[in-house]
Amino acid sequence: MYDITDYHEATSLAEFFKLAAADPKARIVAGGTDTLVKSRAEVPAFTGMALIGITRIPELQGIEYQADGTLSIGALNTFVTIEHDPLIQKYVPLLSQAVSLVGGPQTRHMGTIGGNICNAGPAADSAPALFTYNTICEIQGPDGIKDIPIADFYRGPGQTILKPGEVLTRFKIKAADYQGFHGHYTKFARRNALDIANLSCAALVKVHGEQISDLRLCFGAAGPTPLRMPVAEAYAQGKALTDATLAQIGQLCLRDTHDITDWRDSKAFRDHLVTVLPGRDITAALRGA
Amino acid sequence: MKHEINFTLNGEAVTCAVDIRKSLLEMLRDDFELTGTKEGCGVGECGACSVIIDGRTVDSCIYLAVWADGKAITTIEGIAQADGQLAPIQAAFIEAGAVQCGFCIPGMVLASDQLLKDHAQLSRAEIRRGLSGNMCRCTGYQKIIDAVQLADAKRQADPKTVVLPHFNIER
Repeated sequence: MYDITDYHEATSLAEFFKLAAADPKARIVAGGTDTLVKSRAEVPAFTGMALIGITRIPELQGIEYQADGTLSIGALNTFVTIEHDPLIQKYVPLLSQAVSLVGGPQTRHMGTIGGNICNAGPAADSAPALFTYNTICEIQGPDGIKDIPIADFYRGPGQTILKPGEVLTRFKIKAADYQGFHGHYTKFARRNALDIANLSCAALVKVHGEQISDLRLCFGAAGPTPLRMPVAEAYAQGKALTDATLAQIGQLCLRDTHDITDWRDSKAFRDHLVTVLPGRDITAALRGA
Repeated sequence: MKHEINFTLNGEAVTCAVDIRKSLLEMLRDDFELTGTKEGCGVGECGACSVIIDGRTVDSCIYLAVWADGKAITTIEGIAQADGQLAPIQAAFIEAGAVQCGFCIPGMVLASDQLLKDHAQLSRAEIRRGLSGNMCRCTGYQKIIDAVQLADAKRQADPKTVVLPHFNIER
């Protein structure tokens, strides 16, 4: 049994705000694939409180293409829905590819993209793709709605800027952040399924002839949060698409990563992956271009 | 604290006052005495506790029992045909020799059955990916994948002899 004191099911955002206000210590649970695992492991912050379920709130569902080309993705879409959604596949295929690699089918049926980001794990598979698309997180709380760039949403491992009573409602990706880009994601793990990345890398690239006109890179598990690579991205601008350029991009990524040694992998091997994965991802992304 | 929930369990409408602290796995095994659903890892990493909820394969160990409210759930006890005959996928597991210790098999059979329902035809690669959430520590998976291929082939044409990539099965 889980060490929880009560369970409430919110069926609308208004009801969620009411429930959260009535019990400020309650935790949100979405698909449960992280929250219930942490509760079972008796992580202190995940025991001894009530849970508020939010998966039946309609405002957190749906994937919409808005008039200005912005893609608005409800936070409670499961990985399976994101993977197969025609709008996602057409406009932000890197995200579809990334979430197809989460855990196994069972996890992907229950786990949600909003939960993946709010859990704030450094290795979350949806995060690098969302970072490279410059995704905006829409947060709703008792005080209203605010839009926060995803890079500002994280405070550290397992820590976000969400305050009690607030909920991440939608992800918004603007047309300028996906049009003309090609993407690829590598999840480097010991197994092909039911595993967490030792290191992961998403590349989103735009080319003009044989030149890189725009490059965005984001690593997972290379620091306390997912990390964009400003030094390498700036270097790549206007560079010819050659093996030497790709190798230099990889080397420059080491300026922005903060690899550590833990039980999953060593710093030395992670640093090596940091230098080779961007080039592989860029090449794979452009294979279909 | 208990919540009253209503759901469909193996085709039958049921009502249950369930402890909100329970997982679906615990409710199925303790309250309904359906012990075919196994607990493996308990943290959603092995698939032994897989059940089908509204047509989706889900790990019942990390699914709150109260979430069953309003859902249709199938466990291994609900998969045989109405007349008591084994489901085609169960028969295929036996025919292909896909079972060793058996602990992963209820979850494996349910995941396989749903996979077949979701796809008109399955390649070996699709079967591997479809069953990638279910761990088996005995078989090495080959014969489990053979079993799903066998069930897939039989529903396509019902031939007398089905030729598999690795061996022939004579009926």
